[in-house]
Amino acid sequence: MATAEARVPGTPGLEHTGGTYSGGVWSWLTTVDHKRIAIMYFVTGFVFLLVAGLEAQAIRVQLAHSDLRILNPDLYNQLFTMHGTTMVFFAGMPLIVAFFNFVVPLQIGARDVAFPRLNAFSYWTLLFAGLFLYVGFGLSLAGVCNCAPDGGWFAYQPLTGPEYSPGPGLDFYILSLLLAGVGSIAGGVNFFVTIVNMRAPGLKFMRLPLFTWMTLIVSILILLAFPPFTVGLVFMLFDRTFGTHFYGAAAGADPVLWQHLFWVFGHPEVYILILPAFGVVSDVIPTFSKKSLFGYPVVVFSGGLIGFLGFGVWVHHMFAVGLGPIVNAVFGGATMLIAIPTGIKIFNWIATMWGGQIRFRTPMLFAVGLLATFTIGGLSGVMHSSPPSDLQQTDTYFVVAHFHYVLVGGTVMGLFAGMYYWFPKATGRLLSERLGRWHFWLTMVALNTTFFPMHFSGLLGMPRRTFTYSAGLGLDVFNLISTLGALLFTVSLLPLFANLWRAWRRGEPAGPNPWDAPTLEWTTSSPPPHYNFAVTPRVARRDPLWHPHVEPGLAWAGELEPGGVSPRLQPEVPPDPVHMPDPSYWPLVMAIGMLVATVGALGSLPVVLGGAALTLFGLFGWAFEPPERGGH
Amino acid sequence: MDASATGIPNRKLGMWTFIGSECMLFGTLIATYLIYRGRNLVGPYPDELLNIPFITVTTFVLLMSSLMMVLALSAVERGDRAKSMVFLSLTALFGLIFLGGQFFEFSHFVREGLPLSRNLFSSTFFVLTGTHGGHVAVGVVWLGTLLVRAAGGKLDRSHAETVEIAGLYWHFVDVVWIVLFTLIYLLQ
Amino acid sequence: MSTHETGEPHASTRLYVVIALILAVLTAMEVMVFYVEALHPVIVPVLLVMMTAKFSLVVMFFMHLKFDSRVLTGVFTWGLFIAVSIILALMAIFGKFTS
Repeated sequence: MATAEARVPGTPGLEHTGGTYSGGVWSWLTTVDHKRIAIMYFVTGFVFLLVAGLEAQAIRVQLAHSDLRILNPDLYNQLFTMHGTTMVFFAGMPLIVAFFNFVVPLQIGARDVAFPRLNAFSYWTLLFAGLFLYVGFGLSLAGVCNCAPDGGWFAYQPLTGPEYSPGPGLDFYILSLLLAGVGSIAGGVNFFVTIVNMRAPGLKFMRLPLFTWMTLIVSILILLAFPPFTVGLVFMLFDRTFGTHFYGAAAGADPVLWQHLFWVFGHPEVYILILPAFGVVSDVIPTFSKKSLFGYPVVVFSGGLIGFLGFGVWVHHMFAVGLGPIVNAVFGGATMLIAIPTGIKIFNWIATMWGGQIRFRTPMLFAVGLLATFTIGGLSGVMHSSPPSDLQQTDTYFVVAHFHYVLVGGTVMGLFAGMYYWFPKATGRLLSERLGRWHFWLTMVALNTTFFPMHFSGLLGMPRRTFTYSAGLGLDVFNLISTLGALLFTVSLLPLFANLWRAWRRGEPAGPNPWDAPTLEWTTSSPPPHYNFAVTPRVARRDPLWHPHVEPGLAWAGELEPGGVSPRLQPEVPPDPVHMPDPSYWPLVMAIGMLVATVGALGSLPVVLGGAALTLFGLFGWAFEPPERGGH
Repeated sequence: MDASATGIPNRKLGMWTFIGSECMLFGTLIATYLIYRGRNLVGPYPDELLNIPFITVTTFVLLMSSLMMVLALSAVERGDRAKSMVFLSLTALFGLIFLGGQFFEFSHFVREGLPLSRNLFSSTFFVLTGTHGGHVAVGVVWLGTLLVRAAGGKLDRSHAETVEIAGLYWHFVDVVWIVLFTLIYLLQ
Repeated sequence: MSTHETGEPHASTRLYVVIALILAVLTAMEVMVFYVEALHPVIVPVLLVMMTAKFSLVVMFFMHLKFDSRVLTGVFTWGLFIAVSIILALMAIFGKFTS
């Protein structure tokens, strides 16, 4: 094994990493490298997050005071629809997939995911789906056509059917989400196979880092939850385009079927959004407590239980529909049950910190913050789980408070924790702790200022999705506080941008393991070389880097020489030549074909056929591309 | 790291995973069909149109296509190029016969006053069986591609895995029909 | 890479043909049940059992699941289980099991 010479271990610099991120636009368009795809997902998700945030700002301005007419009701409806749809599908999903992509192969000691080209395909479909939706929104804002959806992100029937929403807006919604769904399901297959099949030798399931475990569970949820949504969307599309009767009461159908299909997907979807954040927290808290996760098997098992039970609670979004007391009771009970494994995790995280040597670096701040804010969201959630209680709360701002506490206070906080945690690994630079603290505290204040008052306005009866409210209802003061909180969110982004900019220009080198963390991704340089691992790691225990006593033959696949590179660090140079999959443009071609077909589905059969033909062409090109060398 | 952690090749595990997901796709379509059965406000109604003898024949053909598929796989694994081409062709042919039968059935229904937009039965029946038919069509194209490769001598023993995976897809599509035949036609 | 990591020899042609014959016979029996009025009181369980039998034969033998890694059985059965549960739950909610 070649030993490093005079190089200080962990010296950053893109030049020694084999050009992880170098190359022009074409190299990015044809990349199949999970690290680059992760960056693309992250940037895309983050931009959509900001756009959806702007939509929220507009909503909050309109709601700042009673009887305002800053936005007209139609635009308001489009805004909250676009805000929700964007946040869930084009900010939340890509951001979590960004983390899956970057972190998981490194955590399992693999050189890439199981299907690198499929990975790229998933990204391009996601990007095109988001752009397609926003072209519709843009056309609407410009007054060209009624092309923005305005039925809420959940698009209830019959409002969104052909009779009451005859314009193309909902078609943009349906088609964009169908396209995004294809990419998501492909991603589910990819990450499932990657985690099951490509773990390094010795890396048994119960030795996996928690983030990887949560990714595995989320992949299963994606695979099982997206198909019902696809079917429901197709039904809606067919009702609107071909005059079928899936949701039309006049033909004997039931509009509530849409709600069922939507929430059979939608409930697991919220667990898809939160479990990765739990995974981040489960990796971050032990690292910054210098203590292995308390009750690892319990945390794993509770994650699995949440995923499984998540398929049995969807009617709790429909308590007010009138399905009857038995149905409501069964699903209410199941919903209460699901609070248990969730609560267990909180206790495990606290127990991990108890007796640990805690360092409140920025990732830890966000993780601990999540514990507080997610718990608040969880408590209002438990209140919703009782049908009689929910009958007052449903469709009010109390629900808005709940899901923003769990999504912003849970998912977003978790993603920020992950961002600060893995940024040094991805870029080789450290972020400023001082700016990170500013970002954290501003976020916490903004979050609570914006959403806490909504508990009160909700219980006072302020309905959701209504563009204004009357004076004299006692709602003004709460809404004003929320609007100020929302403004603070914008301010809170400033230290974040400053931090990123600073790190880009003059960030300190991070080294391989700036946090002294225990999992495999911290053994590579920062950023990792494009092949990730020079030598396949072998794992003998959970948290391998915290157990440096290496039994002979259980270090790396190579030998451990006296004075050689520590087993906590990958060698600089691979001893054997490494073959990585070649870049490919076929995933992009196929995604473009699907985009063309999607556009055609708005009303032009020739375009659909053209898109289908291009997709097929892309598929054949992909299938007959010279076989990749696995590079393992 | 050529061997996978489970010993199962990535693509095979990937196809089974996809099949697990497809269970939910067809499950949702089936659930909708079953929920809306008997709620039509206007006809034609299923018992007036569903032709059991005809569909029994096409069902039988599809079942036999699965037999052809496993025989094709056996042939590829033994390196028998001639037999693999014969059985791949028969699999595809039987699939096409099944599709022809569906096409005939669909056009018959339309002629009898059941276009897609007629009632709940038309909506659910055509979308459910049409989705299944679409899957069969994709399978036929896949088989055609394999046939072309076999003809070019490129489908030898070392490519058995790709045929196996096509087979998994094909059998799954057959298995879905086993369920649909019973639920739609026999358990009216 | 070998596609039969268990080392089991592939089932013989004979076995496949036998399975196919059983499938054909089961199908014929199913259709017979449909036409025989006397069996109609029990038509639902009888047909479901036969359908399940055919389903299992194709999955276990043609798709080779019986001889393959249990991981694959797990992957398939969980997907199937959740799907069947959702079908039954929706049917129950829509009143298909209460008269």
